[in-house]
Amino acid sequence: MNLTLKIWRQAGPKTKGEMVTYPVTDISADMSFLEMLDVLNEQLNARGEEPIAFDSDCREGICGMCGLMISGKAHGPEVTTTCQLHMRSFSDGDEITIEPWRADAFPVIKDLVVDRSSFDRIIQAGGFISANTGSAPEAHSVPVPKHHADRSFMAAACIGCGACVAACPNASGMLFTAAKITHLGELPQGQPERSARVVNMLDQHDREGFGGCTNIGECSLACPKEIPLDVINQLNKDLRYALIHHGTPE
Amino acid sequence: MTTTPTTSSTPAPGLVYGLYSEGEPITDTKAPDGPIDRRWNTRKFEAALVNPANRRKLSVIIVGTGLAGGAAAATLGEAGYHVKSFCYQDSPRRAHSIAAQGGINAAKNYKNDGDSTYRLFYDTVKGGDYRSRESNVYRLAEVSANIIDQCVAQGVPFAREYGGLLDNRSFGGVQVSRTFYARGQTGQQLLIGAYQALERQVAAGTVEMFSRHEMLEVIVVDGKARGIIARDLVTGEIETHLADAVVLASGGYGNVFYLSTNAMGSNVTATWRAHRKGAYFGNPCYTQIHPTCIPVAGDHQSKLTLMSESLRNDGRIWVPKRAEDCDKDPRQIPEEDRDYYLERIYPSFGNLVPRDIASRQAKNVCDEGRGVGPKVGDFRRGVYLDFTDALKRMSADAVAEKYGNLLDMYQRITGENPYEVPMRIYPAVHYTMGGLWVDYDLQSTIPGLFVAGEANFSDHGANRLGASALMQGLGDGYFVLPHTIRDYLAKGPFEKIDESHEAVVEARASVDARVAKLLSINGDRSVDSFHKELGTVMWEYCGMERSEEGLLKAIDLIRGLRDEFWRNVKVLGGADTLNQSLEKAGRVADFLELGELMCIDALHRRESCGGHFRAESQTDDGEALRHDEEYAYVAAWEWGGQDGAPVLHKEDLVYEFVELKQRSYK
Repeated sequence: MNLTLKIWRQAGPKTKGEMVTYPVTDISADMSFLEMLDVLNEQLNARGEEPIAFDSDCREGICGMCGLMISGKAHGPEVTTTCQLHMRSFSDGDEITIEPWRADAFPVIKDLVVDRSSFDRIIQAGGFISANTGSAPEAHSVPVPKHHADRSFMAAACIGCGACVAACPNASGMLFTAAKITHLGELPQGQPERSARVVNMLDQHDREGFGGCTNIGECSLACPKEIPLDVINQLNKDLRYALIHHGTPE
Repeated sequence: MTTTPTTSSTPAPGLVYGLYSEGEPITDTKAPDGPIDRRWNTRKFEAALVNPANRRKLSVIIVGTGLAGGAAAATLGEAGYHVKSFCYQDSPRRAHSIAAQGGINAAKNYKNDGDSTYRLFYDTVKGGDYRSRESNVYRLAEVSANIIDQCVAQGVPFAREYGGLLDNRSFGGVQVSRTFYARGQTGQQLLIGAYQALERQVAAGTVEMFSRHEMLEVIVVDGKARGIIARDLVTGEIETHLADAVVLASGGYGNVFYLSTNAMGSNVTATWRAHRKGAYFGNPCYTQIHPTCIPVAGDHQSKLTLMSESLRNDGRIWVPKRAEDCDKDPRQIPEEDRDYYLERIYPSFGNLVPRDIASRQAKNVCDEGRGVGPKVGDFRRGVYLDFTDALKRMSADAVAEKYGNLLDMYQRITGENPYEVPMRIYPAVHYTMGGLWVDYDLQSTIPGLFVAGEANFSDHGANRLGASALMQGLGDGYFVLPHTIRDYLAKGPFEKIDESHEAVVEARASVDARVAKLLSINGDRSVDSFHKELGTVMWEYCGMERSEEGLLKAIDLIRGLRDEFWRNVKVLGGADTLNQSLEKAGRVADFLELGELMCIDALHRRESCGGHFRAESQTDDGEALRHDEEYAYVAAWEWGGQDGAPVLHKEDLVYEFVELKQRSYK
């Protein structure tokens, strides 16, 4: 198939970017979306134009490194990661716009590459259970009811790609934050730090410049791991409890 | 700096095959003697302690944030050392350990089925085809139970039974259920556990994190590893980082084959640079080729995707008996015209033979012209993995319950519905058992340079069993390295050095020159085109079957390609910006050197063992044949200099506890 790509080009964090049009031809339906961009980059390289920078690593939908706005949708038209999107989802003659994630908390580094270190800093604020190596009790000493373990796992499936933020009109990072709150909050091991965790992570979320959540739900629809919206209810519940019982953070 | 070794024409005198020489054997691996179940305790006790007050004065650089590197950084940070952690990804959470699907072994014996530390040790030594060290493997089995405890305490959501206890499954052809798992995402969940522990230490100020940084050189001062040169991949700045010790946990080198199940960025640069500075490389030819991957679809293919081998429990593998049936719809091929070749050749194990055997037989039937799926080049490279019988026996719902996520993934990638049409699979490079040589302390031949996880060679011998990689990565990172490195650090802090030190200046200059050289060649061919060509050579001659003739040819081809690379590669863009072509160019340049050493190692080992099948060494019915009297050793290769030849050092493998046997699966 032949396609017209309109791609965001931006030389550096402080330079002004623009959409540039690239026609591509002979694209096979079996190619992944990123392989289609590889083909374009080989062509650009051959004619002396600098290839388009974009992130990807595992290319099997689990590392969370890739992420593009494809014709206005985070990760494109299917519920999957950009790397697992294949060209059979498109038709001959399509015009496709390709942009980086757009959010203040994810500044553009170059072309389609953004800086998501704000997510790491949210985790640093409390997205963990404090258990030093060697201090762990025998694994079977604390049984975990299966429905709690399953719900914890469901939330832990988050790959930190940032599609939730990109899809949200407020550029809120709430689904990401709430998935971690739920993953750890469902487990007995996560209880001692539960209140401090929600307060501190949310505080960091706000400091990073993510928007507030107004329950729109685009985040969950865009999530390639289908993290449900109700993890945000869990976050709000935990936050209420924490503020009533422990007060606001310092 | 790297330039171009000339293409070999006349072999140098005194070299074997004109390619390598043999040096002194390695006689001491630092493993304590005595009963095997006491050795690790003995070593931990004898390793010197570092006073807590002194730890913050000691600094450790850790390259890589996968299971081994992430776990080591978190643990050393918790202990109070000053840790600098590096990864090339934008976040430490993305290291390729994340892609492991199946599970992690541990000798917990929760199923009461007769498992024990000794049995896990025994299975792993046998699975490695008797080419690993007993002391190391026993230690791995010993710490395995601690790993599960640690991960549960961190909140890793392992699969559980209704009673709330942890579930196990059997994996990789062993007869006990000792594999802990989190659906098909075990690697992800274990890595997130290590990542969270790491970020906790970042917040505590014990670990400094350097994401989007790539190590390009190791700094060796007075024979000791004292730091690294790294490139900030965003700004392009070349940075010097100094420390009292350096840990490489940078993963495996499967991407030398271009197509593999590794991540796009997985590379050998950190370990290869260390090798060139004096670290021996152990068993580079030992690579694992996984039988159940999704086949190549065309020339555009950038990577291969693995599907858990658990599919072989219920799927049947076949190809048409006749080559002329290969482009037919498989559903139209009657039963009598199908060759269920694994069931035919191995009636007792059938479709469940070990990975290396299943992979090689798939290659054989495709070489005969009986492969299926689209032609790539002149051949169809695929065999059917058929769930038709399972769907009749178990119902579609039951199959979906057990394998749904894998079948969905297959459908997403191929566009075919595996509930209706048999899947196509083909082997792909998946893991590298070889890596930098380390002693029992995980220290390389450069003092102060430690190597952990897939980056070292140590625990899997010639073949890795399923669910053992995660165990080794976390075992090294949480429980082994933190104890052994303290024995080294107790001798520090070492003499202060700064960036004006001669060795630092030299290392930095060599990196600057290499970057400048890559950007200045401005030839005709892209980095990817060289990488693809190298991959084709490696796969053809150093893949599932190796022969003397093929390997000698490959070495010549690789030398020619490397020569052309340094004359004709085209890398656009600048040095002072994010430049993904430049990153790839440096990695491919190192693969072009590693590929040759892999071929030399494969050439010198004139036996078949584990993942290494030499055409000249097989039984009458075509099975792998080991030669224990000649080859029961680790091949540790010393860099021979830019224009020199590598030097082979043999470390004899002594089996005091496990009896060596030839494997048979008939």
